[in-house]
Amino acid sequence: MTITKDDVNKVATLARLALTGEEEELYTEQLARILAYIEKLGEVDTEGVEPATHTVLLENRLREDEVRPSLPREEALKNAPSADRGCFKVPKIIE
Amino acid sequence: MRYEAVIGLEVHAQLLTESKVFCGCSTQFGAEPNTQVCPVCLGMPGVLPALNRRAVEFALRMARATNCRINHKSVFARKNYFYPDLPKGFQISQYDRPLAENGHIEIDIDGGARHIGITRIHMEEDAGKLLHGETREDEGYSFVDLNRTGVPLIEIVSEPDIRSAEEASAYLKGLRDILVYLEICDGNMEQGSFRCDANVSVRPEGETRLGTKAELKNMNSFKFIRDGLEYEIGRQIALLEEGGSVAQETRLFDPSRGITVSMRSKEEAHDYRYFPEPDLLPLQVEESWIEEIDGKLPELPRAKRERFVREYAIPAYDAGVLTASKALADLYEDSVRLHPNPKTVSNWVMGELLRLLKSDNRDVKDIAITPETLAELLNMVDSGKINTKTAKEVFEGMYVSGKAPGSIVEEKGLIQISDEDALSKTIEEILQANQESVEQYMAGKEKLFGFFVGQVMKATKGKANPRMVNMLLKERLSQ
Repeated sequence: MTITKDDVNKVATLARLALTGEEEELYTEQLARILAYIEKLGEVDTEGVEPATHTVLLENRLREDEVRPSLPREEALKNAPSADRGCFKVPKIIE
Repeated sequence: MRYEAVIGLEVHAQLLTESKVFCGCSTQFGAEPNTQVCPVCLGMPGVLPALNRRAVEFALRMARATNCRINHKSVFARKNYFYPDLPKGFQISQYDRPLAENGHIEIDIDGGARHIGITRIHMEEDAGKLLHGETREDEGYSFVDLNRTGVPLIEIVSEPDIRSAEEASAYLKGLRDILVYLEICDGNMEQGSFRCDANVSVRPEGETRLGTKAELKNMNSFKFIRDGLEYEIGRQIALLEEGGSVAQETRLFDPSRGITVSMRSKEEAHDYRYFPEPDLLPLQVEESWIEEIDGKLPELPRAKRERFVREYAIPAYDAGVLTASKALADLYEDSVRLHPNPKTVSNWVMGELLRLLKSDNRDVKDIAITPETLAELLNMVDSGKINTKTAKEVFEGMYVSGKAPGSIVEEKGLIQISDEDALSKTIEEILQANQESVEQYMAGKEKLFGFFVGQVMKATKGKANPRMVNMLLKERLSQ
């Protein structure tokens, strides 16, 4: 699988990263190498093997439906660059 | 050319758990902004989600009630996108291995039944809410309330089996009734606990390939869903007839104008790059759990409606009204058990009770009238202790105060006068006082009979037994 500069730019946009021209070049080359390395896995015969989504052979533990205390609002908003009337204040985004 | 619409619906239903799906914050609606948040639902670094057992249980209930097959192993996945209502930058959802697949429900339309397939039901977390300020200084900003972030949702995806706005509405009502019967969602569209997006396309009748679809959002009432779909179907047909084509896009319904408008979003904004959620292990659901859920499923609305018609021999219309909510259906059935006249009970529940509930906007769950008190009232009418007119007055008293009908009748002195001597005496007095009318009646003006009955009822404050008054009056006037 090859990776192009367009692929890198698309991923960067989706991740809200602004790349310089130099970084574009670098990441295109580095990502291509990483993908080539991963592609080695394609050589393994996986016929009849169930796809794994996790590396541990455990199943999920469930929590009982019990309410526990939330954070005090001042705490919750403390790290926000801007807050107003109990809310996080953000620039308006029209999707 | 004739066209047909092809509609698939995506329904989001909030589950009625006490706490959120991955943390212990309360799910209570209407709290002050950002008072039901914690490091987990705020997406702070280093926290881990822990799945709520009851949320899974509720999702399983809906899956089984809609005839889905449960995947013994389902996988949570991250759906990545940036929006301020989602502090983690991703929503935990399910993707290629959802909790349940391949279900269906039956809906009734124009007297016939339709089978609507359900592709899948998966679990996910709700996002927060963006509020928009009203003052000038607030312009250009959004205000984020994250209380709703992490409230458990199920998404129910239908097959593209729906062919009209009317069918869409019937399907949604069907789903909502089931959710409410299962007591896993309150079905409140205004508060957003039951929401619906639609995929709509049109094609020439007889064509089997699907047309290009538009995704429709922002329809938060049954009326808006009908209006939005009808508008969108008409819009797409008009486009095709003009020789144009439908663009694949997301459109918002604008209720104030009754039209749908393009959201003009960038295509790439919807590349969600799903991948398995590393912080949650696959969800294992054993056969024994599914059997337990199946064993506890209540009778569902459609089955109950059909049984009411069969068992109580009441009209389909009555059965529909009475089974609209489980609480109402239970009240009806328990009352019929104590007063075995199904049509009379139906008339009282549908007439008096629903009228009163509607007039002060209350729910049948919040009232003090019980099957016992309702049956007692109807028995009093049957035995002639009170007449129907008085019974309505007593019923209102029961509705307001919650008192038993017997004590209301006693307190207000409403017992029906069926004493022949007492009634004869009253009749005598009325006739004496209206001798002129009596003469006219005797001369053939027979409609005055009603006047005499009215006078007797008035003199007895409505408590006279009307049948006896009629009988005694006839007797007396024919002498």
